[in-house]
Amino acid sequence: MTTVTEAPPEPPAEAGKPAARRRPRGRFVPYWLLLPGILWLVVFFALPMLYQASTSVQTGSLTEGYEVTWHFATYWDAIGEYWPQFLRSVQYAGTATVLCLLLGYPLAYLIAFKAGRWRSLVLILVIAPFFTSFLIRTLAWKTILADGGPVVGALNTLHVLDVTSWLGMTEGDRVLATPLAVVCGLTYNFLPFMVLPLYTSLERIDPRLHEAAGDLYARPFTTFRKVTFRLSMPGVVSGTLLTFIPASGDYINSQLLGSTNEKMIGNVIQSQFLTVLDYPTAAALSFILMAAILLIVTFYIRRSGTEDLV
Amino acid sequence: MRWLRRNLVVIAGVLTLAFLILPNIVVLIFSFNRPKGRFNYAWQEFSTDAWKDPCGVADLCGSLSLSLQIAIWSTIGATVLGTMIAFALARYRFRARGAVSSLIFLPMAMPEVVMAASLLTLFLNMGAQLGFWTILIAHIMFCLSFVVTAVKARVLSMDPRLEEAAKDLYASPLQTFLRVTLPIAAPGIAAGALLAFALSFDDFIITNFNAGSTVTFPMYVWGSAQRGTPVQINVIGTAMFAVAVICVLAGMLIGNRRRKQAL
Repeated sequence: MTTVTEAPPEPPAEAGKPAARRRPRGRFVPYWLLLPGILWLVVFFALPMLYQASTSVQTGSLTEGYEVTWHFATYWDAIGEYWPQFLRSVQYAGTATVLCLLLGYPLAYLIAFKAGRWRSLVLILVIAPFFTSFLIRTLAWKTILADGGPVVGALNTLHVLDVTSWLGMTEGDRVLATPLAVVCGLTYNFLPFMVLPLYTSLERIDPRLHEAAGDLYARPFTTFRKVTFRLSMPGVVSGTLLTFIPASGDYINSQLLGSTNEKMIGNVIQSQFLTVLDYPTAAALSFILMAAILLIVTFYIRRSGTEDLV
Repeated sequence: MRWLRRNLVVIAGVLTLAFLILPNIVVLIFSFNRPKGRFNYAWQEFSTDAWKDPCGVADLCGSLSLSLQIAIWSTIGATVLGTMIAFALARYRFRARGAVSSLIFLPMAMPEVVMAASLLTLFLNMGAQLGFWTILIAHIMFCLSFVVTAVKARVLSMDPRLEEAAKDLYASPLQTFLRVTLPIAAPGIAAGALLAFALSFDDFIITNFNAGSTVTFPMYVWGSAQRGTPVQINVIGTAMFAVAVICVLAGMLIGNRRRKQAL
């Protein structure tokens, strides 16, 4: 028990050694296997959370140092000052998640049931964008949505921009530097995280169930609503979580595609931490975000009744 | 009209696919641009200058090689630690199983900015020098859970009778592990490692918090979005895309051929 070497799952025992004598050593095997990784997560994931909790109730200044004074007012001040950014994050992330579901479901359905021998190719095309740095791809949206460009022109001709203006998503003839651009960027960036779990759960569905529904005189849409969609619920739940969670903390899309009016909570945490250097406020904001996400996730998983996600 | 209705799903799916691919095409096209001014957002004229000199801008290739190094080391670290945890979770019953599972799940269910900020608090409190090592620590931390998930799924789907058969044939535990268990688990481990590499190479938020003045490739791109975007960024983006797609296609071809031979 003194050497902390990374043992292979089952320590090599000399051949012929009776199994009964190996047992007591084998009992500790799982703990040795877990130790290095779990230690890593405890020190660099769990412990930082505690540090952050303690930082959020400290007062002081950068020059004079901080100390813990249980100053919970930081939380109220942070919420009071930054609630619009919180609200905006939930709105943008929520809209992007719904859009991802609407766009991603047909694609996942296509791959699972209609692609035939093209299936692997389409799957590769879904994953392929990952291989170009996502920041470069997000910058490409600046070109695509440029003022006076073909996309904005088409949206204008089709009066889509009138609708989005009415919804408060765009202003005038622009898309860049509006909420629509940020939501578009979020939708684009997290769409594969929706498509892949959806595809996995759709692929498991036995196609004979569709035939059975058809034999029982269900119309195609009824079949979809009562059979396919119900059975794909695990995919819908994990897809929406995998989209909503990272989207709500994202600050890249709002920074690159939005203006100062589209700042999300991620932008605030980032600037408080790295520019303003107001650590207690930044820690409090980050803690509130974490608590909100955990609450939403727990509630959502309970509601949808799929607890065996992981 | 009937054709349209019948193929509605296919049309919608293809449109979504186009939405996913469009930015990559734009990146490719604009790698042949000769922009006026500092930003490469508007088309000017065709040129292959950037392709002839991909390292032509200061610090770009340095940041790229740093990102590659960090990605390789964090892949190795996360894959070794993650595979060990995955085997423990899949093969053994032990106390505190639930706690371990939650500890694995939480980093995946946490917005990156929260992990980034809290890790920075730890480093600041410890007075650690921000740079290569803090980035590496952070990357291993957030890649670990993904490796565990990938490997665990594979180990759980393994037929335990194969290992029993090996033992019945007088293989020592080490032989069984090296000759039977590891080869069967290999695709899961490879998938986890690939995922870790991609996550680490492309990470921006956590790196940005914990890098200090060190500049990785995503941080270089982020900085250039403020200062001016060189065409070389598009060249590197396109090259990465091409290399990855070729690797995946080659892997598929080899896999297909093996499967045919096995039949």
